[in-house]
This record gives sequence, structure tokens and C-alpha cells, in this order.
Amino acid sequence: MEEEKNKRLDPQEVMERIAAASKPMVAGVEDKDVEYWVTIYIMGRAYKVPADLTILTAMEYAGYKFIRGCGCRQGFCGGCSTVYRKKGEYKLQSGMACQTRVEDGMYLVQIPFVPAEKASYDINKEEYNVSTMFKYYPELARCVSCNTCTKACPQKLEVMDYVQAAIKGDFKAVAELSFDCIQCGLCALRCPAELVQYDIAQLVRRMYGRYGSGKEPEHLLKRIKEIEEGKFNQEMDKITSLTREDLEKLYAEREREPD
Amino acid sequence: MKILYYPGCTLKTSAKNFEESAIASAKTMDIELIELTRWNCCGTVFSLTSDDLIHHVAPIRNLIRVQEMNKQGLVKGEFRLVTLCAMCYNTLKRSNLRVKENPEDLEKINNLMYLEEDYEVKVEVIHFLKLLEDMGFEKVNEKVKNPLKNLKIAPYYGCMLLRPKEVGIDDPEDPTIQEELLEKLGAEVINNPFKKVCCGSYQTVQDKNIVVDLSYSILTRAQKEGAEAITTSCPLCAFNLDNRQKEVKEKYPHFKEIPVFYFTQLMSIAFGLDKKYCRFDLNYIDPEPLIKSKGLL
Repeated sequence: MEEEKNKRLDPQEVMERIAAASKPMVAGVEDKDVEYWVTIYIMGRAYKVPADLTILTAMEYAGYKFIRGCGCRQGFCGGCSTVYRKKGEYKLQSGMACQTRVEDGMYLVQIPFVPAEKASYDINKEEYNVSTMFKYYPELARCVSCNTCTKACPQKLEVMDYVQAAIKGDFKAVAELSFDCIQCGLCALRCPAELVQYDIAQLVRRMYGRYGSGKEPEHLLKRIKEIEEGKFNQEMDKITSLTREDLEKLYAEREREPD
Repeated sequence: MKILYYPGCTLKTSAKNFEESAIASAKTMDIELIELTRWNCCGTVFSLTSDDLIHHVAPIRNLIRVQEMNKQGLVKGEFRLVTLCAMCYNTLKRSNLRVKENPEDLEKINNLMYLEEDYEVKVEVIHFLKLLEDMGFEKVNEKVKNPLKNLKIAPYYGCMLLRPKEVGIDDPEDPTIQEELLEKLGAEVINNPFKKVCCGSYQTVQDKNIVVDLSYSILTRAQKEGAEAITTSCPLCAFNLDNRQKEVKEKYPHFKEIPVFYFTQLMSIAFGLDKKYCRFDLNYIDPEPLIKSKGLL
């Protein structure tokens, strides 16, 4: 067991495996060309998959077709949350399926949606202070600073710190600490106090943007001006006048990064 | 003197008048209150349940920050942590005591917080009033430029500074620490027999009528003794005694409003500091007319 663990960490071999796996799997490499295999358990059922796929592509290899819970495939959209445990480990782990490589003996399940009561508000009518937070998210006060949210965050954000900053009304800190949030919802799923951290942070960022930052949204104003001046009209007209077939062809041939 | 300081959430929001007046007054006394660079909720209420360790995680995490700041060289060998809010004081102090007396609890809490360094139980939680007392109230007296002459003040303690006695800053039955401070500020101290009577605490959320009646009896008793204002060190007491005067007045129309100060606001006035540090805009009953009538502003 120990030997096998050391063997897996050999950098030369890891590089070879990555090179082997980087052959485009979905584009029809045959199984005989794949050198390394692992067994993963998708919702309890075992599948043998090429060792260097991500969880997302491994599930597709196993025959799953995603119509929900799969968006950008680049780790930005937060759509493909996964929860997994590795064989022989007590820790429940989580990550984005498109960003996490499969490992032998992984038990996993996709979480395509996180139930959350998202507050509805008109940002122009809200007071810029902490009582607005407690009006919409009174459960904020239940935070026990256990830090479970931070451990769950695939973006490695200091989630607990931004929740605490929200409680003390430090909206600048919340906006900065939560800026890279991809709204995957894993924090909210793991929170023992049942907070919905990412929605809380979103309200703060909107309030901070509206009242606190003291900055004009320079790029947005520039883009609005461009739209009003008709910069994109020609391109839009071109697309909207295409036939369905031509549109599909355009989509299939679009510039994209490999999965 | 540099000393680490834990504010707590209320001092950053509705009790800014407490924080700003305290920092300014401390500065006058050559005390630099250095806010913890990173801190979370104090835990709010000390959990009494024997197996409920999760509610001690928040306070202990804050105490670990004191160790960190020492290791980062932001302070040198300074393990005292000053609080102003009486609730924060009570929760931090009691959790600290609990892990000191129960190493097994500490081990479990440390294990849960495996991303943090272990808590070494070196921190001493200290209330600002106690810090002043330890330095000697004479030192406070030396800084007074504007003695609070003829200002009749009844100190109010509530529970969190005094109980349980293991963590109390003064005699739980007959505290005098605020009286001693106020005398050194030149105020006329009024004895309020109800200075330890419960303000109603969190009942203010559940059933504000309980608080209305308690505040009414505490405030009117102080007035009967001749008090023109009350002092406190607890933002929740302040809310119940100050803001709830709106409902007190509705229920008891003959009631005459009375200002409620944080003791640090009176220190600022007595030290002759700029009025801006008092943030009277956050007091519900405006104390300025009283202060002005005594020629103190």
C-alpha cells in the first residue's frame, strides 16, 4: 500500500500519465491506447475510467450526458459541484467536477443545484448598513465561526472571514474577500448554521458597488456607450439573420478550449 | 502602551459611539488599542451545555489571533486582550477559563480547528475598565481638563461585567468600579440600588414589554435618587435602557427621558476631546442638551 502511494507520486510518471490523458478522449481515442485506469463509484456504481480525466469528463466517458449541472467546463461558472469521499478516508471532500481529476476509489455524486432562499430586493431602495443584511439574511447571526465553509470552497476563499465581515458591516472586506466566488453553493451545503454564504456576499457586493466603492463602473459605462452608438448592430444582424443550420455550424466551429 | 483590542460586531455598527470614544480616550491616556488584524464573532453568549463545544470555537479562534499577532511581531509578549463590550468580555473570558480548566475540551476544539495553530492558553481577557483600574484611576484624573462638575450620574452594570464571579471585574453584589472612575472624572455619582437589576437582555427581541417594564423601573429609580444620566458598558443594556425609552414613554406617558452614556463618552468629554469622538448621533436620547446645560460642551 505504502509502495503504491510512493509510486503514484513519481513526477516522471505523473507527467507521462498527463501526457497520455491529454489525448482528446471524447474525440475517439480507443481504450487500447489508454495506459492508466482507475475505478470510481458514481452514485455507488463502479466504473473503470481513464486515470487522468476530470470527474466531469470521466462521467461522460462512463455514459452520463449532462443537460444540467455543467456549464463552462473551465472552472468559472460554478455549475458542476461534486461531493466525494476517497476509499479509506473519513473526510468528505468537494470540488468542481471540471477542475478535479478522478482518483482511484473515489465515491462521488454531482450536485447540480443548491436549494437556497435568495432574497429579492431593489438595491436602490436599501439602506447601506448592516441592518439590511439582517433584514434579508437574519440567519447570519447563527454563524459559529466553525470555518466549514472555507474548507469547502473550491476557489479557496476565506468564506468564514467574509461572513464575519458582513456581520460587522465591513462591506469592503466582504466585496474583496468574496470577489472570486463562482456561486457553486458548496459552502451553503456544508454550513451547519444553514447560511447561504454566496447569496449573502452577492447582496453585499451589490450594495458596496452601489453605495460604498465610490467608483463609477468605468468599463460598463464605456460598453453601454458602444452599444448605444451601434458598434455591435452589424454583428447582431448577421447572427439573427442566419438559418438554423448555419447557426449550428457556426456554434460547432466556434473557438473553444479543450475539455 | 500598546495593547491588543477585540471590538466585536456591535462596536463596529450600532455602538460606534462606544468604540470611537474609547479609542480616543485611551489615546489620551497613552494607551494604543490595537485591533486584532483578523477576528470573528465572540460567540455572543457563553454556552453552558457541557457537551456543546462548537459554541466555544468562535471565542477560542479569536484568542489564537493574539498568539498569531505576537508571532508576527505586531506586538511583543503582549497576551492581554482588551474588550469594551460587556457581552464579548464575558463570552471570551469564560471560554478561555473553560479550556484552561478542561484540557480535553481544548484538545477537541483544537482538533476541529485543524487549520489553525493550537491555542496555547496564554491569553488574558481583560475589560477596559479593569485595565484603567489596574493603571490607577489617578492616571485618569491627571488627564481631566473638563471635570464633569454637577453632572449627576448613576452607573449601571447589568450582568455581564459581574457574573459569574470567576470572571467578574468587581464585587458581583456591590460593584463600585464605575463609581470610582466617574468620581475621578469629576462627576457627582448617584447610588442606584437597581444598578445590577437585569435590563431584560434578549427578551427585547422576543417580548419587548418585559424590557419596557424593567427599563422603566431601573431608570425611574435612578431618577428618584437624583440621577440626570446613566452609564453602561454593554451595548445590549444600552439598547434596552436608551432606545426602549420610546416604548417606555408610550406606556408610561409621565416618564421623563434620561440620557444613557457609554462610560467612555463621559471620559472623552472630561478629557476635553472633540465632540466628534462621542458620536452622540448614535445615542437614542440626545445627551447634548444635558452636557451643554452643565457648560461641558
